[in-house]
Amino acid sequence: MKALSQKRRHPLAAIALLLMGLLLTGGLYAVATTVNQAKASTAEFSATDTEEGGKLFAANCATCHGMGASGTKDGPSLVGVGAAAVDFQVGTGRMPMQMNGPQAYKKPAQFNDQQTHQLAAYVASLGPGPSIPEAGVLDEKGDAAKGGELFRTNCAMCHNAAAAGGALTRGKFAPALADVSGKHIYEAMVTGPQNMPVFNDANISPEGKRDVITFLKQIEANGSPGGADLGAIGPVSEGLFVWIAGLGVIIAFTIWLTSRTS
Amino acid sequence: MSATSTAEAPAFAAKTKGGRITDFVDQRVGGSGILREFGRKVFPDHWSFMFGEVALYSFVILLLSGTFLTFFFDPSMAETHYTGSYTPLKNVEMSVAFSSSLDISFDVRGGLFMRQVHHWAALLFVASLGVHMLRVFFTGAFRKPREMNWVVGGVLLILAMAEGFTGYSLPDDLLSGNGLRIIDGVIKSIPVIGTYISFFLFGGEFPGTMIIGRLYTLHILLVPALILLMIVLHLFMVVVHKHTQYPGPGRNDGNVVGYPLGPVYAAKAGGFFFIVFGVIALMAGFFTINPIWNYGPYDPSPVSAGTQPDWYIGFVDGALRLMPGVIGNFHFEYVIFGHVLTLNVLLPALVPAGIIFTVLFTYPWIERWVTKDDREHHVLDRPRNAPTRTAIGVAGFTWYCVMWAAAGSDLIATHFHVALNDVTYWLRALFFLGPIIAFVVTKRVALALQRKDREIALHGRETGRIVRLPHGEFIEVHAPLSEYKRYKLVGFESPVPLPAVPNEHGVVTRKENRRAKLSQWFFEDRVAPASPAELEAGHGHHEAVEAGEAQKTLSH
Repeated sequence: MKALSQKRRHPLAAIALLLMGLLLTGGLYAVATTVNQAKASTAEFSATDTEEGGKLFAANCATCHGMGASGTKDGPSLVGVGAAAVDFQVGTGRMPMQMNGPQAYKKPAQFNDQQTHQLAAYVASLGPGPSIPEAGVLDEKGDAAKGGELFRTNCAMCHNAAAAGGALTRGKFAPALADVSGKHIYEAMVTGPQNMPVFNDANISPEGKRDVITFLKQIEANGSPGGADLGAIGPVSEGLFVWIAGLGVIIAFTIWLTSRTS
Repeated sequence: MSATSTAEAPAFAAKTKGGRITDFVDQRVGGSGILREFGRKVFPDHWSFMFGEVALYSFVILLLSGTFLTFFFDPSMAETHYTGSYTPLKNVEMSVAFSSSLDISFDVRGGLFMRQVHHWAALLFVASLGVHMLRVFFTGAFRKPREMNWVVGGVLLILAMAEGFTGYSLPDDLLSGNGLRIIDGVIKSIPVIGTYISFFLFGGEFPGTMIIGRLYTLHILLVPALILLMIVLHLFMVVVHKHTQYPGPGRNDGNVVGYPLGPVYAAKAGGFFFIVFGVIALMAGFFTINPIWNYGPYDPSPVSAGTQPDWYIGFVDGALRLMPGVIGNFHFEYVIFGHVLTLNVLLPALVPAGIIFTVLFTYPWIERWVTKDDREHHVLDRPRNAPTRTAIGVAGFTWYCVMWAAAGSDLIATHFHVALNDVTYWLRALFFLGPIIAFVVTKRVALALQRKDREIALHGRETGRIVRLPHGEFIEVHAPLSEYKRYKLVGFESPVPLPAVPNEHGVVTRKENRRAKLSQWFFEDRVAPASPAELEAGHGHHEAVEAGEAQKTLSH
């Protein structure tokens, strides 16, 4: 104890205390947030799920989507959008929407997996719609080359051939697809969130969707074989780089070469 | 000269074997005479004089890396299925050209590095060419006797763009195929002959099976040969004209002050080649350029978002993006005798580029006509000392940059979270207003800098030391400049407007009137350099000069 009381005025004491506090709260938070994750599953919904989901919906979503999800002037009806739509919108944090605008931005999810599951159960109970995909189509073991062809034909005009995203009209945009989970990619295809069209099973078969996910995950895992990818947005970033970094370094050298020693 | 002197002098016998061989060669090719002449060529030292060298060195690197790529590239549009080591494209149907580009990238040792060296060097080549031309323009180096060399430089810029574009299309990837489709559209928009030219170029309907092979021949044979020819002409004229120099004490239109080529400058220039090579090699080693494996093989049906050309074609793409399809009820597309005239493609694709290159090629003659200046100029202008020219240059550059930015309008929208439509509306406004604002602002800035120069020449520099005089007044002490430094601030020409002069028949022609008006516009706002008399007056009594300064700076 004596040693401790002697060192308590040490200049590093405050920093050590701060670190301990941060570690404690961070650790507790991590434990608290993983508790719920373990319980979540994409299996069939139970009656309690639907009931709890209804409560969550009334408290968090009904302001815009209306009681019973019948829609208001601020938000569409959700009858028949299916569990997949809820899982995508709520799971990626797009819903509840931060503010009205051309498009909802992705943000940290507001509900944990169990709550998302319950909300999905409630909305699914209102009318038939696309369900959350089975694990079989999400195994990322499809044909990447076929997926690439499907992607270039169906998706690249908005999401860019390298899945780097692109602009649409009036503030709308197609987001970049790196770091999007296979489940969310699948759900986006079947539900057509925000400004995206629906790619139903007649348009791209579940097998094809599996290939697209495989392709996207594979190019993400491959990284950039040629070095830093400069945002993977093509000639614009390459041009900026050569003008700013390339010419910049060369100008520095020219100044050095022509400077006098005096 | 050397032939007559060797005939009269006693026969020279070299002592060593090496010496005898050198003498043998020298007597037959006259190497020592050439070396003496070139070794004594003087180059003024300034960092801004080195961009032409950067362009030249980039071109040498392009030749070297390009030769490597030709060993492995197959410009065939025959269909094949990819069997190389990049799995996301395994067994995908593609052209042999694309397949061999992928092989260069993944299965040829050092291939990806060389591809990236080639592409980065190409971007740097055109960029350094552009900066070199800007330097020449803003310092007035295009004036007599260098007008024709300026034109050769302009031709080089166009050839470089052509060389870049033909090369960009060769891998037959989705991105370059989309770019080629745009060019096809532009060609087809030319009235009457457009479709014929397109069919002739592509050997039938786009994309056909010919274009890659044809572009390849242009890219590795015709265009580089023309570029080399132009480089030879360009350098020949540089030797004939001698180098320009910035104004300074002891420098005039009759001399060149600097270092001789041999040995110092030759060593610097030789070392600089390796520096440029090193910078390009580092970029190629650490930064991806044109990742064709991401884009996939070209197929006319998919179009990728964010399709852009390389930066030097960007301004044309930007102009196309800025052009509205319709304005209210006004359409830009007509059918005349069964021929479609689509002005909304033709105008933006050809008119801005046409204006830029017309002004670029004719500017030396325009200025010569306006100023009636037929003297040789070897001493450069500081940009501020030619305010109207500088303002014209910045206005043109701004116009170019607006179109350039428009080529990236979608990325501006996504990366800064603004609406694509708003970006387009703003850039459309700037397309017309930007050059005007740039002209006015630049001219005012140049004139203000000239006034500042004049003030410093007359009063010396501010020391920040405040002195209280016996009667209570505070003054700041100004330290006079050294003669050497002052020369730069006063030793320049400031032309005055030349009024219209009647011709030999005593008539003031309409053309001469126009010239006089232009001359007035060019030079009506001018700041005269401080004259020796003013300098004399300036030294004794600071206050007197300061009092009269406001009226005197504008001597007009």
